[in-house]
Amino acid sequence: MLGKTANGLYWMFRYLERAENTSRLVETGQRIGLTRLGQDDDEWGSVMQSASVLNGYNASHDEVTKDAAIDWMLRSKDNPASVLSTISEARQNARMVRTALTHEVWEAMNGCYMAAREALARKVSERDLPAVLGLIRQRTALVRGATHGTMLRNDIYNFVRIGTFLERADATGRILDVKYYVLLPSAMAVGSSIDNVHWETILRSVSARGGFRMAYGSQVNAHDIAQFLILDRRMPRSLNFCATKIHANLRHLATDYGTEPQSLVMSQTLVDRFLKHDIDSVFDYGLHEYIQTVLSTLGRLGGQIEKDYRFYE
Amino acid sequence: MSETNIFDEMWGRDEALRAPYNEFQSWFQGEDLKRLRAKQREAEEVFRLTGITFNVYGRSEAEERLIPFDIIPRIISGREWQKLCKGIEQRVRAINAFLHDIYNRQEIIKAGRLPLEMITKNEAFLPQMIGMTPPGGIYTHIVGVDLVRTGPDQFYVLEDNARTPSGVSYMLENRETMLQMFPELFSRNRVQPVQNYPANLRRSLAACAPNRCEGKPTVGVLTPGIYNSAYFEHAFLADQMGVELVEGHDLRVIDGKVAMRTTQGYKAVDVLYRRIDDDFLDPLNFNPESALGVPGIMDVYRSGGITIANAPGTGIADDKAIYSYMPDIVEFYTGEKAILENVPTWRCSEPDSLAYVLDNLADLVVKEVHGSGGYGMLIGPTATKKEIEEFRRKLKARPGNYIAQPTLSLSTVPIFTKSGLAPRHVDLRPFVLCSPEGIDITPGGLTRVALEKGSLVVNSSQGGGTKDTWVLED
Repeated sequence: MLGKTANGLYWMFRYLERAENTSRLVETGQRIGLTRLGQDDDEWGSVMQSASVLNGYNASHDEVTKDAAIDWMLRSKDNPASVLSTISEARQNARMVRTALTHEVWEAMNGCYMAAREALARKVSERDLPAVLGLIRQRTALVRGATHGTMLRNDIYNFVRIGTFLERADATGRILDVKYYVLLPSAMAVGSSIDNVHWETILRSVSARGGFRMAYGSQVNAHDIAQFLILDRRMPRSLNFCATKIHANLRHLATDYGTEPQSLVMSQTLVDRFLKHDIDSVFDYGLHEYIQTVLSTLGRLGGQIEKDYRFYE
Repeated sequence: MSETNIFDEMWGRDEALRAPYNEFQSWFQGEDLKRLRAKQREAEEVFRLTGITFNVYGRSEAEERLIPFDIIPRIISGREWQKLCKGIEQRVRAINAFLHDIYNRQEIIKAGRLPLEMITKNEAFLPQMIGMTPPGGIYTHIVGVDLVRTGPDQFYVLEDNARTPSGVSYMLENRETMLQMFPELFSRNRVQPVQNYPANLRRSLAACAPNRCEGKPTVGVLTPGIYNSAYFEHAFLADQMGVELVEGHDLRVIDGKVAMRTTQGYKAVDVLYRRIDDDFLDPLNFNPESALGVPGIMDVYRSGGITIANAPGTGIADDKAIYSYMPDIVEFYTGEKAILENVPTWRCSEPDSLAYVLDNLADLVVKEVHGSGGYGMLIGPTATKKEIEEFRRKLKARPGNYIAQPTLSLSTVPIFTKSGLAPRHVDLRPFVLCSPEGIDITPGGLTRVALEKGSLVVNSSQGGGTKDTWVLED
């Protein structure tokens, strides 16, 4: 496979995952805003921070308002992480790697792009927001489903999965990073309704309310949430789950190609050093520092994969 | 030239249904216009979703356009096709022989059949190719011979495309779409298949691998990238052939071979089906500004390390100035009279011809020698006085830059309109593959149709559409 193709597959699925994550965060912000008393839109600052789009927003806006935030996250062409920008990028990458995709995957991707472009052609009214978010969820899921159902399990698929899980781990890590203070043991004692809002935000941001209830019951506490999002091996968006998947795909590539590249060593280290503990030792280490370290390791791992598999040169 | 003089491929000149359309007509009579209108829309949806689009030059990335597709097939009988094939094969053999001669001994010039300045003053002539014979002796591996028809047995070659003819993906997707939408039509007619084209292309390319290549040749398609107007086709062909689609920056010269950067290091390429122009192929040997090509690929090529298809310099054979010599060229190399006729052509470089052309501008089609895509041409009968006068000035200023031809009364075939069938002018581009193993012509080809009533311009860049083209099994 061409290095360029590996690069295109990796980024196609990173962008697709990013589009999903951003639209999920919009959904969370909207939901929290609607169910909370009070008038200010301060939740949107933290939502945009979780999506890593707050700096860009602040550079072109004077204040954070709900309408402007939603528009920035969903449609803005000036925001490279907006849903529309990321879906366009995903599709552009798909065009580039057209020969590596099945007909079904390409059609689903192209259909996703056409539907998103139409739905996001104009500012989305509050009334239409749920339908537009639903559409994006469905269309991106269709691409993933077609990928899962029709692609060979070879190196092409490995790069698809590596891109997906690196992006996902990054997203979960960032959400945790923005909200880490609510998860600290000192916050547990408080247990006020404000904290409940924060916890709900966190769980909604990773589509995990149902999963959490199933695994831990209906009693929400910070300890369990941290455990769930960082270490739980059943939770498909937890850091542990994502890192394990990245490692497994790198391992598969290494076996396939008969090499032992640096990125494989790095992913092994990531899993061994950070994700085989219990949550108390994470708190002992320092939650914030821990998340920061994992995030920067993920960043370096991405860079190493680009080198090992000749994405650019 | 009156409208009644026009030959319609379904109804002839006198409203008598022609045999190849028998089954189609009886099917069509049983069809409901409303259902067909829905089918037409359905076809467009399929094309849009599949991404069968072309990019419009000079527009933003969002401007991917569909080439309009008409659901009514153009039908040619097996007997008609066989005759055409003989002519096409003869012509393509002659073109390859001509290219070999012109870059080597130049017998045709020594024999006085072609003026020397046709070569020396021609930008399409590549001095870098002098004295070199490409692997397998093939210069133009993929040829598109553009044909027009004026009567039951009268076909003309409008132009030869010996560089990088495009459109074959539309031929294949048009058929695929028709099979999906009208399976019953294919049960009633025995239509010769076109689907083998990608496999044949791959086999044909592999058969042209350099002698130095050991084992199974590695084939690649070289594209200028996703912003090129024909990118869809490049990706489509690479995908269908099961080969890599590469850009210039994926390739580099290593140890006398051209190699592509893969996830496991550099891997040699033996045959490159390039879809970029000569000038951009190699910044070291041609245009130094080119970022699309591969530095040094020409040196590898000359040393026999890679096959480039089509060979650089093939443009000299499909140049419009050379075109007028094609009947001589065919005769010179095959020893036979050309089976397919040329459109009579006045070379404006010759004073007598120029005088005639200037006197008859209103009746003629005038083309730029190096133009393509229907740009920079004058269609006398439909042009305004002002346009004709403008062209007159251009002609006088640079006569050698133009050729002129009579306006042919091109045949029509029915297209589907809101009110049913209506005749429109068409041309035909059959696709030809050449290798040392032989010449392979896919039955049919790409029919381009002028969608405007009375229009003769079939180019997709100027509002033309396409149709599925059927060659029946007689």
